[in-house]
Amino acid sequence: MSAKIKNYPGEALETKDVKEGKVPTEKFRPKAKFAWSAGIAMSRFLEELKNGKIIATTCSKCGRIMVPPRIYCEKCYTPTDGWTYVRDTGVINTYSVSFLAADASRLKEPIIVAIINLDSASEGMGIIHRIGEVKDWKEVKFGMKVKAVWKPPEERVGAITDIKYFKPIRE
Amino acid sequence: MSEVAIVGVGCVGFRPITPELSYKELMFEAAVKAYEDAEGINPRKDVDVFVTCAEDYLEGFSIFDEFVPDQLGAALRHLFTVSGDGMLGLATAYMLIKTRQFDTVVVEAHSKASDILTYMDIVAFGLDPIFNRPLGGHPYYVAGMEMQRYMHDTGTTVEQCAQVVVKNKKNAIENPYAAYGSNITLDQVLCSDICFHPLKKLEISTPADGCVVMVLASENAAEKLTNNPIWVKGVGWCTETPNLETHDWTRAEYTRLAAEMAYKTAKISNPWKEIDFAEVHDLFAYKELQHIEALKLCEYGEAGKLTEEGITSLDGEFPVNPSGGLLGMGYGLEASGMQKLLEAVLQLRGEAGSRQILDAEVGLAQAWRGIPTATGVVAVLSNVK
Amino acid sequence: MSSEVKNEMFGKKRVAIVGAGLTLFRRNLKETGKELSYEAAKMALDATGLELRDMQSVVMGSAPDAFDGVHMKGEYLADGAGAYNKPYSRVFVGGGTGVFTPLAGWWHVASGQFDTCLVVSEEKMSSCYPHPQFAFTTIFDPILERPIGMNLVWIFALEMHRYMHKHNIKKEQIALVSVKNKRNALDHPCAQLGANITVEDVLNSEIMCWPVQRLDVSPTSDGAAAVVLASEDVAKEVTDNPVWIDGVGWCIDSTHWTNRDLYYPDYVECAARMAYKMAGIKNPPKEIDVAEPYDPFDYKELHHMEGLLLCKKGEAPKLTAEGVTQRDGDLPINPSGGLLGVGNPIAAAGTMKVCEIFWQLRGEAGKRQIPADPRTGLAQAWGDLMQYGSVIVLRR
Repeated sequence: MSAKIKNYPGEALETKDVKEGKVPTEKFRPKAKFAWSAGIAMSRFLEELKNGKIIATTCSKCGRIMVPPRIYCEKCYTPTDGWTYVRDTGVINTYSVSFLAADASRLKEPIIVAIINLDSASEGMGIIHRIGEVKDWKEVKFGMKVKAVWKPPEERVGAITDIKYFKPIRE
Repeated sequence: MSEVAIVGVGCVGFRPITPELSYKELMFEAAVKAYEDAEGINPRKDVDVFVTCAEDYLEGFSIFDEFVPDQLGAALRHLFTVSGDGMLGLATAYMLIKTRQFDTVVVEAHSKASDILTYMDIVAFGLDPIFNRPLGGHPYYVAGMEMQRYMHDTGTTVEQCAQVVVKNKKNAIENPYAAYGSNITLDQVLCSDICFHPLKKLEISTPADGCVVMVLASENAAEKLTNNPIWVKGVGWCTETPNLETHDWTRAEYTRLAAEMAYKTAKISNPWKEIDFAEVHDLFAYKELQHIEALKLCEYGEAGKLTEEGITSLDGEFPVNPSGGLLGMGYGLEASGMQKLLEAVLQLRGEAGSRQILDAEVGLAQAWRGIPTATGVVAVLSNVK
Repeated sequence: MSSEVKNEMFGKKRVAIVGAGLTLFRRNLKETGKELSYEAAKMALDATGLELRDMQSVVMGSAPDAFDGVHMKGEYLADGAGAYNKPYSRVFVGGGTGVFTPLAGWWHVASGQFDTCLVVSEEKMSSCYPHPQFAFTTIFDPILERPIGMNLVWIFALEMHRYMHKHNIKKEQIALVSVKNKRNALDHPCAQLGANITVEDVLNSEIMCWPVQRLDVSPTSDGAAAVVLASEDVAKEVTDNPVWIDGVGWCIDSTHWTNRDLYYPDYVECAARMAYKMAGIKNPPKEIDVAEPYDPFDYKELHHMEGLLLCKKGEAPKLTAEGVTQRDGDLPINPSGGLLGVGNPIAAAGTMKVCEIFWQLRGEAGKRQIPADPRTGLAQAWGDLMQYGSVIVLRR
C-alpha cells in the first residue's frame, strides 16, 4: 500500500545533536577480546613468514597450489597433501588507492592496496597487501610485476606485516 | 508425506581447549566424520543446503558466515547462518526438507570458547543496553535470582539441585565426548563457593570446545545414506520475551510452549509414558529441574524429588542427561543443543557404549540459549518411523 | 496451471506476500532497534488487516551485532518484531540478509509448519559510535587482512577496478547508475538521499578509494522493513492481490576472496539459477519485468545485473546508457531508488527491495510505478566478503 500511506514512521535526528549530547543516550564500550588459535595451516604460514618465505599447500587431486595455505582443498573437499614454497613475486590482479584514513580524515599520502597473484602459485591465487615505493599512484597498472619487500629478519614476528609491502619490479 | 531423518553425525570434542586446531580445522574434522557416517556423502554434489548456527560475538568476527563454507564443503553452494542454537538449525533443516524442495541438509554448530578471552563480558554484552547493562556486574546474577525464585515457588531444595551435578558429572565419565566427567559427592557440591546466591560454583557448567555436524535427509534420500535413520518426529521452538523484567522466573515457559509444538507434531500426549529418556539444557543445575517440569515430564516442583530418588539417573526409570549434560560434557555455547541431539541419536542407534539405555525408542532433546534469553528449542527423535 | 501442479512445483504450500511495511531510512533515527522493528511490522500487519495473534511464526533479519551494540541482537529485537511467546528465529548472511529473511519466512510456510509468518528486517547502524565504519574492520581475517588496515571501501574499490578493467568500462558509464537511482529515490517517501545529480557531480565528488568516489557509495542508515507471508488459503482470504514467492535462491562462495577473479559474481549467478529453476524461468531478460538488484555502490548494480543473467557479461553499462533500466525502459532496474537513493540500513535495505517489488506488482508504487504492467519481479541482495547472493522471484 505504498501509494496509500501518507506517513512513514521514523523521527530523524541530526548527527551533531547526538554528538553534542542533546539526545538522551546510553554509552557502553564492550570488552570483546579474542585469541584465535591459528591452527595447523596458518601457524606454519606465519612461521615461514618469519623466515622470509611464503608457503602454500597443494592438492594432488586438482593440482592447485594454494595461498593462503589450508589443510583442506575447498574445491575437492579432501585434505591437502603437501607443502611447497612459492616465490615472493607476483602480478597485480586489481588495486585501489585510498585517500581516507580509518577515521575518515584525508591522508596526505594515499595508501595503495592490491590483490597480488603470486607467481608459482596456481592461477588466480592472490593475497592482499600494500604497494609501496611508488612515487605517483597513477604509475600502478593492472598486470604490473611486483616483488615483496621484507622487514629485516630481526624485526619479523610471524605476521603478514613481515612483508612491508610489494614494490614494482622495474626493468 | 515426507519424514525427516538424521542420517549422519560427526563430533570433535568436547575438550577444555583445542589450541592445535583453528575453528575452521575443528569444523572440517567434524564435518568429514559426519559425511563418512552418512555413507561417504560428497558435500560438493550431494548436499542441497548447509545450515550453520553461530553468533558473531562468540566467534570474534562480524558476519561469521563468511568464514564457514570451505571447511564444510559448501564453497559456491547453498549455505546460510541461523543466529541461534544448533537445535534451531535442526528445526530449520526440518522445515527445509518438509518444503519438498530439498533432500539433504547439513547442520553445523561449534564452540571455540577457549578462543574467547572475555567470555563473561560478552554474555553481559547481551543484556538490554538501557535497562540492565548499566547495572554492571557479572551477568550470572540473573541465574542466581531465577534459582532463588524457582526454589521459593516450587519448594525445590538446594540438595536436590546439587544432586543434578553429582548425577551428570558421573554420567559424563562414561562419555568419550565429555570434557568434565568426575566422581564428586553431594557434599562437595554443597560446599563449593557460593557465586550468585544461591547458585554455587560447581552448579555452573564450564565452557568447552567442540563441533557437531549432522546430516539430515528426506525419507527417500535417507534410505541410501544409512541403515539406521533416526527420525525427527517433531520440533518446536519459542521465544518468550527478551525482557528479564517480564519473563516467567519460575517456569521455563519458552520450553513449555516449544514442547507443546513438538509434541503436537510427534503426536505425543503423555510425555512420561511415550518418551524413554531426555537430554535437557543444564547450564545451571537448577535449570535441569526447571526444564524437566516445563517439558511436562512431571508436575511443577516435582523434578527435584525425581532426581533425589534416582529416577532420572542413568539406571533410573527415566534417565535425564545420560550424556552427562553440559555440567559433565562442558558447555558448548551454541553447540549445546547439538550436544543433546548427538546423545539422543547415539542412544537411539544403540551406539552409546556403557551409557546405553536399553530398548530406547523415543528420545527428547531440549536447548536454551542461556542468559539473558528466554528462548528454547525442543526436538522429539525416534528410531521407529 | 492447476492448484495441484503448482503445489508440486512450489513445495507443500504456495506462499504469498500479503502486506509490507517500511520506516524512514535516515543516518540517525530516534527510535531504538526494537521500536523500528515494531513500526515496520505494525505497518505490514495493518496493511493486511491481520493481527499479531494471527502470526504463527516470526523471522528477523539483521546484520552485524556490532552495529546495534548488543550480543545476540536477534534476541534483543524479538519483542519489537512481535515474537512474544512465538516461534522466532533470526537469520544472518551479511548484506544478503535483507532478501534472505523473506526466503526464511518462505520455508516456514512452504514446509506446512505454519500458515503465516511475520518477516522483519532491522538495522540501527547509528548506534555504532563514532561511526559505523569502525565495526566493519571486524569482518576481515585477523591474520591476512586486518593487519594491512583493511576497510570496507577498499574491498569494493578492488572489485570495481577489476570489473572496469576486465570490460574496459569508464567511470562515466558507471556514474549513470548513481544518477538514475538517486533520481528514482526522489519519488520514494522513505528515501534518505533522493537527489537530482549529474554524471559530472559524481566524477567531481571526493575520491575515497580510487576508483570509488563519494557519490558512488550508499550511506549508512537506520531503518526497518517488514513483510507478512501467508499460505495460499490464508492469502486468498486476506487479499485479492497476493504476490507469490515463486523462486528462492541463495549461494555462498569460498572465504578466500583474494583467490577469485572479482569481475563477475559467480555466487549471484548460482543463487539466481536456484531461484529461476524453482520459478520455471528459462529466459530471465524476457521473463523478468522488473528487478531490484543490490546497489550499495553504483557499479554493483551493473555487476549484479550480469550475475542475475539479465544481460551478458560486460553488457550492463550499455543497457544503462541506452535507458533500458529506467522506469519506462524495457527492463526497469531499481525503480525504488535502490540503496544509493533510499539508504542502506543493511538488512532493512534488502527487504525494502522486496517491498518495492511487492508494491510494483500490485500497482501500488505510486509515483515510482513502472508503466509496463509487471507480472514477474526479482529482488537480490549481496553480502559477506564478495561472497553471498540471495535472490527472490515474485509473481502476481
